[in-house]
Amino acid sequence: MPGKLKAKIVAGRQLPVMDRASDLTDAFVEVKFGNTTFKTDVYPKSLNPQWNSEWFKFEVDDEDLQDEPLQITVLDHDTYSANDAIGKVYIDIDPLLSSEAATVISGWFPIYDTIHGIRGEINVLVKVDLFNDSNRFRQSSCGVKFFCTTSIPRCYRVVTVHGFVEELVVNEDPEYQWIDRIRTPRASNEARQRLISLMSGELQRKIGLKVLEMGGNAVVGYLQCFDLEGESGLVVRAIGTACTLDKLSSLPTAALPACNSPSRDMKESPLAQGPSHGCRSTHSSPIHTAAGSRLSQGFSVSVPTLIFTGMGSGGSVGKEGGPLKTLLRQQTQTALEQREFPFFTLTCFPPGFLVHVGGVVSARSVKLLDRIHNPDEPETRDAWWEEIRQEIKSHAKALGCHAVVGYSESTSICEEVCILSASGTAAILNSRFMQEGCLDSYSEHRLEEPSPPSCGFCHIPYDELNMPFPTHLTYCYNCRRQKVPDVLFTTIDLPVEAAITGKGCLIQARLCRLKKKAQGEANATAISNLLPFMEYELHTQLMNKLKLRGMNALFGLRIQISVGENMLVGLASATGVYLTALPSPGGIQIAGKTPSDIAYEQHISNMQKKINDTIAKNKELYEINPPEIIEEAVGSPIPEPRQRSRLFRSHSESSDEVWELDLSHGKKDAFVLEIDDTDAVEDIHSLLTDAPPPVGFYSCNTEIMPGINNWTSALQMFTSVRVFRLSNVNMTNQGLNKIFNELCENLLKSLYFKLRSMAPCCLCHLNFVVAVPEEDLIQVAVTAVAMTFDKDQNQENWKPSTDKMLMKAISENEEQLQFPLELCTESPSSQPFSPSKGTGLQDGANVHNTSARATSVDYSSFADRCSTWIELIKLKAQTIRRGSIKTTSSQEKASPLPEGRSRSLRSTKSCSGSTVSVVKMTPLPFLPGTKIVKYLGIINMFFIRETTSLREEGGVSGFLHCFIAEVFSMVRAHVAALGGNAVVSYSMKECVFMENPNKNQAQCLINVSGDAVIFVRESELEAPTAPPHTSVAQNAGSGADGTT
Amino acid sequence: MEIMSVELDVFVGNTTIMDEEVYQFWLDGYTVSDAVKVRMEGGVLEECEASAEVLQSDTMDQYRTFQMCERLLHTPAKLANQLLFQIPPHRQAMLIERYYAFDSAFVREVLGKKLSKGTKKDLDDVSLKTGITLKSCRRQFDNFKRVFKVVEELKGPLVENIQTHFLLSDKLARDYAAIVFFANNRFETGKRKLQYLSFQDFAFCAGQLISNWTVGAVDNMVEDMDVDLDKEFLQDLKDLKILITDKDLLDQHKSLVCTALRGKTKVYSEMEANFKNLSRGLINIAAKLTNTKDVRDLFIDLVEKFIEPCRSDRWTAADMKLFLIHYTNSAHILDTFKHQVTWDRYMGVIKSCILKMYHD
Repeated sequence: MPGKLKAKIVAGRQLPVMDRASDLTDAFVEVKFGNTTFKTDVYPKSLNPQWNSEWFKFEVDDEDLQDEPLQITVLDHDTYSANDAIGKVYIDIDPLLSSEAATVISGWFPIYDTIHGIRGEINVLVKVDLFNDSNRFRQSSCGVKFFCTTSIPRCYRVVTVHGFVEELVVNEDPEYQWIDRIRTPRASNEARQRLISLMSGELQRKIGLKVLEMGGNAVVGYLQCFDLEGESGLVVRAIGTACTLDKLSSLPTAALPACNSPSRDMKESPLAQGPSHGCRSTHSSPIHTAAGSRLSQGFSVSVPTLIFTGMGSGGSVGKEGGPLKTLLRQQTQTALEQREFPFFTLTCFPPGFLVHVGGVVSARSVKLLDRIHNPDEPETRDAWWEEIRQEIKSHAKALGCHAVVGYSESTSICEEVCILSASGTAAILNSRFMQEGCLDSYSEHRLEEPSPPSCGFCHIPYDELNMPFPTHLTYCYNCRRQKVPDVLFTTIDLPVEAAITGKGCLIQARLCRLKKKAQGEANATAISNLLPFMEYELHTQLMNKLKLRGMNALFGLRIQISVGENMLVGLASATGVYLTALPSPGGIQIAGKTPSDIAYEQHISNMQKKINDTIAKNKELYEINPPEIIEEAVGSPIPEPRQRSRLFRSHSESSDEVWELDLSHGKKDAFVLEIDDTDAVEDIHSLLTDAPPPVGFYSCNTEIMPGINNWTSALQMFTSVRVFRLSNVNMTNQGLNKIFNELCENLLKSLYFKLRSMAPCCLCHLNFVVAVPEEDLIQVAVTAVAMTFDKDQNQENWKPSTDKMLMKAISENEEQLQFPLELCTESPSSQPFSPSKGTGLQDGANVHNTSARATSVDYSSFADRCSTWIELIKLKAQTIRRGSIKTTSSQEKASPLPEGRSRSLRSTKSCSGSTVSVVKMTPLPFLPGTKIVKYLGIINMFFIRETTSLREEGGVSGFLHCFIAEVFSMVRAHVAALGGNAVVSYSMKECVFMENPNKNQAQCLINVSGDAVIFVRESELEAPTAPPHTSVAQNAGSGADGTT
Repeated sequence: MEIMSVELDVFVGNTTIMDEEVYQFWLDGYTVSDAVKVRMEGGVLEECEASAEVLQSDTMDQYRTFQMCERLLHTPAKLANQLLFQIPPHRQAMLIERYYAFDSAFVREVLGKKLSKGTKKDLDDVSLKTGITLKSCRRQFDNFKRVFKVVEELKGPLVENIQTHFLLSDKLARDYAAIVFFANNRFETGKRKLQYLSFQDFAFCAGQLISNWTVGAVDNMVEDMDVDLDKEFLQDLKDLKILITDKDLLDQHKSLVCTALRGKTKVYSEMEANFKNLSRGLINIAAKLTNTKDVRDLFIDLVEKFIEPCRSDRWTAADMKLFLIHYTNSAHILDTFKHQVTWDRYMGVIKSCILKMYHD
């Protein structure tokens, strides 16, 4: 019996009236975990019941702790008939299972009902006591930390990056079970919510096991997705990057740059790594037998995939070549070669990790869904993904790369057809991160003289003689020693150290293609026939738009292709930037048909002028004025060969050949638009209709806006959803494209308008998700964050506030900070991934734990034992210093018997102020001007909402508006209950909306995730003696909640 | 032919975005399309390079947000403790203050009326008359009624109760106190002769009455202390009659006032000629206040019996002030007049009310 879960139901407030006669409610609560249920007493005739229940104790396996959510149901007691359910709260207790995350969950949770939405709130306290589990064959993976963040979390140091972990679990969708015919939709949706919560827990546990097996203690870039396959089932799958993370220590000695004692941490680590085998080996664990050769049931089409870099299309296999490259490859391959999939879901890397970037690799495959017969052996789905990953891997190899970074997977399902997509960026990584105890000096480049970090990643990883695709190579405009392509596309964030010119901007390619309605194989074939064309067109659009902005590289590229009954919709988003290392892009030339009349010539020259003007305007707008070092090189991507080779001959042994190669591929062919082609007319039109953002606005889809560093603290995360109905009989592809293009542009315009009061600001991480929910419907959902920046501040002045220069920032900060660092105290020798955090001793210190939390101080088990009295002193000191009622109330909460006084406290509070603490949300991994001092655990929530009174709830917009607001509020409540004040790396993974206006019905499913954190303002950290006001006040606030 | 229509369009921020201008349109009962029209004319479009479509979408969205918040605004204390919308405290205060703000034209129409269903039914007439949309009239009326209902049962000072329950500013809370006070005592304010008085005139008078004539003026821990007039005091007012029924007292009083005013005012002769009438007017009002009906007519009586005669004699405000001061003070010198305390409590309020009401 490895764990004890304890829950206490304190109170409720603003409950709905359940008894029309008395206008009151007789509420009681059922607390359920696994198969055990407890009940509170009925609190009669009140909308604000005070249950103050005993501690309900559940003795459970830690496996269950990971899988199951705590289920709280609030009911109205009815003497004569069945009790009516008011609503439910699901609490994921996973954050309590990691020693470094939260220690208690305590706060007001919205009571949620799938039909009525939020109906009042309930105050709950939850704790877990874990007992040491030495069983090596355990099924649980308690203690493995999960992060949605796709970079190394801000208060950790990466010791080792182990690599790719993946897992999927399948089940039948309750909505499609036979029982669904007799039960209510409400019961069915509740069953789905519960099932998905369970499946997520199970999935996380299984991924955790793989991580432990690899010797890691954390998953970074954890990406979990649902596939609602309808009849054929429900798939929950996840990918991530297994790492060994080390919490940054406050001790000055430990804060020394890690290079001084590279392997010390690892030696002391109780879980010395085994041979770094690939994650795939776990696949033969009893959980899940390895997939056989059966690749698919029914039908499957693998789509020929394009490899993006430069302008080319069509991949070819590159041969190994070039002595330097080979050596480099050998060096790094040792660390990666055993791995089946050297993939990394990270998009941001510690400096020096990324050596070279090859370009985007992607693969798509069209599958026909069939019922999953045995949920315990989801081998078909596994095999599908394996196939895709193999393809990605081979593409990466073709680019001369041994790894794929910024890797992600997605699906689009329509009826029984499913498009599986995967994409990433082929790269060469520095092996030292992949080996034990290796994160140390930068001087470890042994074979190759180090490329400057500002351009090194741009240098081609593939061999010049056997280029995988046609591209123009030039010498790096930054260091002039290595070759670079003329254009670079990637799925990752712009490396922090990259040298850029000017600012970046959002670039989108949009495309719709009509498709005949069909069934089964015919449908799948039709779709797979369309896919390559769509990819090609999206790519061309991206390239043209990039050139139009005078830029030469794309970061954060994400291409979605969504399938509907009668059309395919493609949306590619990326952030364009001018990499100083790459040549200046040439213009766009319009070529007319063979000579014709004068009017036509005139037309063409007009268009050409328009395009040239736009380019000039954009260059000004985005401040792209590359230093003009070599006159002849600027403005012409292909410098005159002889001169260049003369200039650089000494640096390279193979430069001459390159020029031959260049010439063999012609000049600017790719950027000539033939006007006689109707598509080209459309292209030009769409090029020119993309309006730049209004004055004072910038936008990007990456985490960091290239060229803006001086963020100020204002922040607004938002979600916007639009659904468009196409009501036309004879729609053409062109017409459809135009509509879709306008629709995206208008949505952007609306966002700028909404946020106009924040200008100057930047919309970061603009994440568009398109779907075709029904015939003739297009849904676009956007989640992003608007952040203000200081327009006047010189760029040089920016502080390490964004933690961008990770290593540098950390060491600097640590020198600056004194008190705050205690917040992250973790003795270096303590077990960073200790699977249990409860011992007899700790149990006794529970009270102090709680009080520690109230001031947001994190103590590891070691610190706990020896410093509880220090806590008390500190707490008292703070109370005295602050002398406020709030601090007192937080202490109140820490005391185990708060009931008596709490009510009087509340009554004074209810008049005076809010008990709701502010929780910030952002899709980025950081909050400007703040430092994240603690990660409290992953937030992964799934909700279903339905209505049978759509008109009464304000129509579809009213319904969805309310639901999204409810989801936000539930996320905030859970974070606050964990003691946090922000969610970082937030994302809305799924927003499936279905309506039936004729029946006055609608339904929506939303899945969101992120990392709950505690941050403190840097301004507060800078004053060494100042206590972290934010977190104290914050927790005092939530502490007060706990007592009410 | 429209080939595409927006079926659904929502924007939800983690911090709820609310445009004050749009909020005002919503409060004023504008339809979305009217609000869009006004906004277009306002030039917000050129400022932000937006289109009419964008404005329409934004306005719809804001209206929806306000509608969702409205339930909370009915019990403003809930706004601070709800979890659904994350709104910074100063924005919450703005939302509440604006929601409870009212049009003076509207309040003049319902001031002193019973806040009943019947009155609510007549709101379309009020709307027609004032040009305020029916929607806005209803909101304002419901606000009055809601505040009335909540504070009706509470102990303690009226203004303070309104402030704690509705989180209003001091000024607005005082206005509401006046509205509640007028509604409770059903003061007549609608007569033609009272039309020249503004809500602020009445609100001032209400303030005077609340702080001097109610139960709360003597005891501050009873229910309805600030809404009900002090019955004992009203009873005592009958004693003042002696000032007009006793001929000697009346003459003495007159001569004292005349002595004091001689040479200090241009309307001396008119005052002298009218003194007895004016004094009778004021004291008869006092003596009748035990009747609820006459309490209701307090203001109309003040106008008819006192203000109008003075006005027709072209008294200036300064004349009025001078007269009332000496009229009040001279009574203290009357040695047979024993009801000085009641007199001061009565005349203190009457004096300030008349001075406030004495304008065109």
